[in-house]
Amino acid sequence: MTEDWDVIVIGGGNAALCAAIEAAESGARVLILESAPKVYRGGNSRHTRNFRCMHDGPLSVLTDSYGEDEYFDDLLRVTKGETDETLARLVIRSSEDCLPWMEAHGVRFQPSLSGTLSLGRTNAFFLGGGKALVNAYYATAEDLGIAVRYDTEVTHVTIEGDRFTGVRVRGPDGVADIAGRAAVIAAGGFQGDIDWLADAWGPAARNFLIRGTPYNRGVVLRDMLDQGAISVGDPTQCHAVAIDGRASKFDGGIVTRLDCVPFSVVVNKDGQRFYDEGEDVWPKRYAIWGRLVAAQPGQVAYAIIDSRSLDLFMPSVFPPENADTLEGLATKFGLPPEAVRDTIDRFNAACRDGPFHPTDLDGLTTQGIAPAKTNWARPITEPPFYGYSLRTGVTFTYLGLKVDKSARVSGPKGRYDNIWAAGETMAGSILGQGYLAGFGMTIGTVFGRIAGQEAAAHVR
Amino acid sequence: MFDETIAEARRQVEICNACRYCEGYCDVFPALMRLRDHDDGDIVQLANLCHNCRGCYYACQYVPPHEFAINLPAVLAEVRVESWERHAWPRRFARLFQRNGVAVAGLLIVAIALLLLMAQAVPSASGEDFYAVLSHGTMVALFLPAFVLPLVSVAVSLRRYWAEIGGGPLRPTDVLRAASDSMRLRNLSGGQGQGCNFEAEDRFSNRRRRFHQAMLWGFLLCFASTASGTVLHYGFGLEAPYGFWSLPKLLGVPGGVLLVIGCSGLAWLKTQADASLGAVFAWGGEMAFVLLLGLTGLTGLALYASASTTALPVLLAIHLGTVLAFFLLLPFSKMTHAFYRLAALTADASARR
Ligand SMILES: Cc1cc2nc3c(=O)[nH]c(=O)nc-3n(C[C@H](O)[C@H](O)[C@H](O)COP(=O)(O)OP(=O)(O)OC[C@H]3O[C@@H](n4cnc5c(N)ncnc54)[C@H](O)[C@@H]3O)c2cc1C
Ligand code: SF4
Ligand code: SF4
Repeated sequence: MTEDWDVIVIGGGNAALCAAIEAAESGARVLILESAPKVYRGGNSRHTRNFRCMHDGPLSVLTDSYGEDEYFDDLLRVTKGETDETLARLVIRSSEDCLPWMEAHGVRFQPSLSGTLSLGRTNAFFLGGGKALVNAYYATAEDLGIAVRYDTEVTHVTIEGDRFTGVRVRGPDGVADIAGRAAVIAAGGFQGDIDWLADAWGPAARNFLIRGTPYNRGVVLRDMLDQGAISVGDPTQCHAVAIDGRASKFDGGIVTRLDCVPFSVVVNKDGQRFYDEGEDVWPKRYAIWGRLVAAQPGQVAYAIIDSRSLDLFMPSVFPPENADTLEGLATKFGLPPEAVRDTIDRFNAACRDGPFHPTDLDGLTTQGIAPAKTNWARPITEPPFYGYSLRTGVTFTYLGLKVDKSARVSGPKGRYDNIWAAGETMAGSILGQGYLAGFGMTIGTVFGRIAGQEAAAHVR
Repeated sequence: MFDETIAEARRQVEICNACRYCEGYCDVFPALMRLRDHDDGDIVQLANLCHNCRGCYYACQYVPPHEFAINLPAVLAEVRVESWERHAWPRRFARLFQRNGVAVAGLLIVAIALLLLMAQAVPSASGEDFYAVLSHGTMVALFLPAFVLPLVSVAVSLRRYWAEIGGGPLRPTDVLRAASDSMRLRNLSGGQGQGCNFEAEDRFSNRRRRFHQAMLWGFLLCFASTASGTVLHYGFGLEAPYGFWSLPKLLGVPGGVLLVIGCSGLAWLKTQADASLGAVFAWGGEMAFVLLLGLTGLTGLALYASASTTALPVLLAIHLGTVLAFFLLLPFSKMTHAFYRLAALTADASARR
């Protein structure tokens, strides 16, 4: 039996679903190919909690207003200018229409989660989180008659000249070729392929943990690049944050985050400090700590606090190690006890009296040690002592397919006739480095919708 | 056994406390987020707050086979049922009936048989209809203790529960709030009125909420009907049978109809739902209980329809048998959840204040 679909959507996360729904609503016969089994459908999107949305005045759960320029400035700040302004502004401007569209397709919003009040104006939170969003879209897709195949990995995109003609898949029934008249690629990044990550970043990457799905292995991305598709984004870079070192290799998600660093002294394997733990509030710093830890021996670090700080940050998934003495704690972590003791003693001696305000930059800084700790520098003296190990957790990779503002992918001889891309797969077209909380889902929603509409218009 | 279940629930609750994505679904999440450490009493209270709407299961990115293996509705259901068993008095009855549909059916048969025997033994004396079959005095002699003793038992259990969860002094406003929450089943609303995820996997529906409301309101109407009959009997010397336009009938007939609709609906939904998201070991006992409750309504209606026919004596015995079984099982069946739920919601209202 030869199958022939109007639009084949590769991937099963947010961007893929938005594309599939738009295409089906325009009358196309749509097939979604998702490499994960049904319980793990939805890629990294199922780990998310919000998307960043421009709005002029209160909108749904969003308070106040958040204009295009402020949004764009926020983006420029985190990407240090490595931003495609045209595409970024397109995403920002379209985000306002996305919220009602999402609601109309089953997504529910809630006010920002407790502990994230600072995002209540800029980010709309999904009731139940990203998996609830993904479920809502799958239900909508089913109602629209979209076919979904789980456990089905696309291994090759067949292109003749500038034209896409079909895909090769490996599924529960073995290898098969499926013909289609248009393709939307929404298969995420390549961080699930540790070998590729190690080739790009260096061998240290083998010690990284992957925060999201193991199914984003970049198989389609590599296949496209091998066929001459134009890439964007730094192939050696990934977005990484510091997470609990005990997290599993893949899929630990949000609960492995650690918010204790600002109240800690962080040492490496040798018991030495290496960076200002109190440089800024944690939401502004957690991303750089991914890289800082990656640069330490063994790609691991240890955050140490005393009993006074235990309740100052959100609980995390694993309970901290604890001991009545610093040496005891160091031993539990396999750290050199004297070195840890010495580092903390020197830190404590460098602390000054002054008001300590856990929620604001309090300017309570050390004097006479390098690196300094420039806020929340309170001595670590009150047993029991607690500690967490930190490792680098990769969120996504930047390398992707180059698209234009209609989401069309570029090949060696200009744009392909009938291949579009959306989401993480093409996010490098917009941001070259850095990341703004909630922007990944916004890119996926905006470009997913555009890709779906364009692909459907093409086959009509 | 109980310790293991509590420990497993605590493990899951602490993962939720680090995640909090489900905070908008129900009262369980805000309650668990108020604490950093959860002792046994806290876990039992969370379990009794949970309405098993399953929203948090289908929304969870960590369900099995993920290594975090979150299935909060199931583990809280297990803790919940085990907490009722632990606090039940006498305890062995709870284990027997809560987990065992056959035992419930057995008790029902015994109760009906008893009533049939009594109906034959009592020489039909004064009254018409009912009391021609079974004298009013006999009925009272049987049902008063069958009603009062289970309530005493429930009261004992609730005291134990309240002590375990560290409940403070009762405030009327908290009780009122809890009553209003349970009448509206606010915790089955999904947080935004979309309902729960009971019978259609991740799709939301209000069916369970509606059927439960029919059952609850039907039950309360039936109860009010019986109460009004008692008042008429003792207060005004008006004896059964009552005509259609009498208070007992005006309350009882719609009550019976609602009860039958509610219970059949709930039983049907239960067959559609994934049993592994509840306390699997209690499935049979729960199902038997829902059917028994529905049967009290159905036999009551049948009895009304059969007035002055020859079927009356047998139907009366069957109806009274089901009612007797229902009352006796009050502390030892799913019915007990109503009392615990009210207590848990009251405690939560006080914690939220
Ligand atoms: C823990 C965590 C939390 C996050 N929180 C947020 C947040 O709150 N807000 C936000 O905006 N962003 C967040 N992000 C980033 C966000 O997840 C991504 O930007 C977004 O989900 C990307 O969507 P996508 O559809 O492009 O990719 P994905 O959702 O990852 O989907 C890719 C899909 O492609 C499938 N796939 C891969 N290869 C193949 C193949 N060869 N054949 C078939 N299918 C394939 C995968 O199985 C998957 O279904 C978070 C990321 C992580 C890891
Ligand atoms: S049930 Fe899952 S998604 Fe919901 S709060 Fe708990 S861990 Fe998070
Ligand atoms: S099953 Fe429903 S009521 Fe119970 S904890 Fe989960 S969301 Fe709350």
